Amino acid sequence: MRKTLLDSLRGPLTETPPLLRDGEAADLARAVDRVARRRLGRSLAIREVDAGSCNGCELEIHALSNAFYDLQRFGLNFVASPRHADVLMVTGPVTTNMREALERTYNATPNPKWVMAVGGCALDGGIFAGSYAVVGGVGEVVPVDIHIPGCPPPPADILRGLIALLEAAR
Amino acid sequence: MTVTQLQALIGAGKAVENHRPVPRAIVSESTWREAIGALAAERCSLLGLWATPGTVHMAVCEGSEIGVLSLDCADGHFPSVGARHPPAIRLERAIADLTGLEAAGAQDVRPWLDHGKWGVRRPLGDRIETDGPPPPYPFLTAEGAGLHQIPVGPVHAGVIEPGHFRFTANGETVVRLEERLGYAHKGIEALMAGADLERAAKLAGRVSGDSTVAYALAFARAVEAATDCDVPPRALYLRALMAELERIANHLGDIGAICNDAAFAIMLAHCAVLRERVLRFAADAFGHRLMMDRIVPGGVGTDLGAEDVTALRGLIKTIRRDFPRLVQLYDRTASLQDRTVGTGHLRPELARRFAPGGFVGRSAGRSFDARMTVAYPPYDALEFAVPTRAEGDVNARVWVRIEEVEQSLGIIEQILASLPAGDLIRDIPARGGEGLALVEGFRGEVLAWVRLSDDGTLAHCHLRDPSWFQWPLLEAVIEDNIVADFPLCNKSFNCSYSGHDL
Ligand code: SF4
Repeated sequence: MRKTLLDSLRGPLTETPPLLRDGEAADLARAVDRVARRRLGRSLAIREVDAGSCNGCELEIHALSNAFYDLQRFGLNFVASPRHADVLMVTGPVTTNMREALERTYNATPNPKWVMAVGGCALDGGIFAGSYAVVGGVGEVVPVDIHIPGCPPPPADILRGLIALLEAAR
Repeated sequence: MTVTQLQALIGAGKAVENHRPVPRAIVSESTWREAIGALAAERCSLLGLWATPGTVHMAVCEGSEIGVLSLDCADGHFPSVGARHPPAIRLERAIADLTGLEAAGAQDVRPWLDHGKWGVRRPLGDRIETDGPPPPYPFLTAEGAGLHQIPVGPVHAGVIEPGHFRFTANGETVVRLEERLGYAHKGIEALMAGADLERAAKLAGRVSGDSTVAYALAFARAVEAATDCDVPPRALYLRALMAELERIANHLGDIGAICNDAAFAIMLAHCAVLRERVLRFAADAFGHRLMMDRIVPGGVGTDLGAEDVTALRGLIKTIRRDFPRLVQLYDRTASLQDRTVGTGHLRPELARRFAPGGFVGRSAGRSFDARMTVAYPPYDALEFAVPTRAEGDVNARVWVRIEEVEQSLGIIEQILASLPAGDLIRDIPARGGEGLALVEGFRGEVLAWVRLSDDGTLAHCHLRDPSWFQWPLLEAVIEDNIVADFPLCNKSFNCSYSGHDL
């Protein structure tokens, strides 16, 4: 029966990676020096932090691991601790109740590190900006290296951002 | 005709005009207490408890009948519902945090959503500016030799929303779990106040992204009730189509994820492929993978073309071909069943008392489904069953969701067979009024209550996520299970953090 199951995946579903826009990787490469780049090698460990999102962004981040996008083939992995991470992928408007947790997660992540802000809310608080319970975008709390727009951004857009980071780390 | 207890309670109060489609009455303190008695005796179940400035409101259901009781709190207090009916405890703590209205007689008066970091207190009441460090939050205690505590979160190990879990364990066995939520609180009720319908609908669709269709629909239906506005038949059917697609996508994703939490990754791999196919169809047909902002007050902002119908039939065929094989794999893998059967058992008496919606209730003998009980259109014209189970364990929750996928596929086929032609949207008249709606999302019923000002903008909007009555039960079902089974139990509930924290 397991054989039939494997049969049901007729041919690979995995799609060709999205193409980078001009300069996308170069801009990011400047963020880390050469020594750091050598240390990172060809893979990046990602720690996801939901700083108060509506969970829509998380759904699309989850989708990165499905057979169509197959994040791991690029050497990109989600890790369970910020102490193992090279990249913090942060979603949501940062709520006042999550601010401290985000700061502490950032401080627990060893250098060199990048912060990728995912979604419209992560840029400037999005539709929740101005609330008593919202600090604003991720950049209000920790330095952001790359932002992926969208509400939520489709997985292909997030993947392109990650590949740009990977290129920058080479 | 005999008068139900709910009718008697409503009849004892002063009826509020322009509240639709169910009655709302301003009641006396003694009627309020009687209502608490009816809840505690489980003659009625609690659908919601919220406050507007100076007044507290309780939505109650008895059978298929729904009503709202409102109590004016002259001195800032109301008799505690939670003191006799525990499902209300957290709702009362949230009311105190947001408005300052206090539940007199409540045992647990710790703050809930307010972590002392907003810079204000009572943002929906008489706002007070605050500063200084947040007050300490005392967790409940568990005492005994050999007990130890495990704090988890708000940042978790996986790609999960933020929340804190405080486990007290004896070796591997969980003795007590206490949740602390509120980390994702964004102040949505305050953002809603004064918003126009367009902005408010967008906010409603972002309360819990995984239920964006259900929330947008609940909000739209509440507004349409308040303004007494009919929706074109085609829009009703397209709304139901989107709601069923959302249900299928979430069930598929979660069935896979539950198995993955039992280290059976192949189910996740296959289920995630099916889920992705649903989302891709949604993107092609409706222009958004999660179908955000497609349902708006008055109708829908998107149509289904002839090509989309063909694609949808193909999608249904694919799911009907692949899903049963996955179900069989789930059913026949003993090592997986070993983890899910008997784990995280929800006792039926707790399911009765907390009246949790969705698969949490329906896996423990409660049959409530707003599509059937409230029978809002077009569900009144469609045929479907509400699958239930009695066992209340992780396995039962998985099975209810499996069967719901099958039911939803059948509903979509009926929608395709009878999709009416015609308009997609109607203008909402700018007028005041109050409306309540209950809509069945994938995890249970979403309650929306709106009060519109005469110019048609929002005076108040309260949105109650199904998770409010499910989160407390997760604490109960994990007792005496091992710590390692928590992810499995948690995923089998899959409560919303953002929807709850609002
Ligand atoms: S960007 Fe959109 S999907 Fe992401 S957290 Fe904000 S509202 Fe939700």
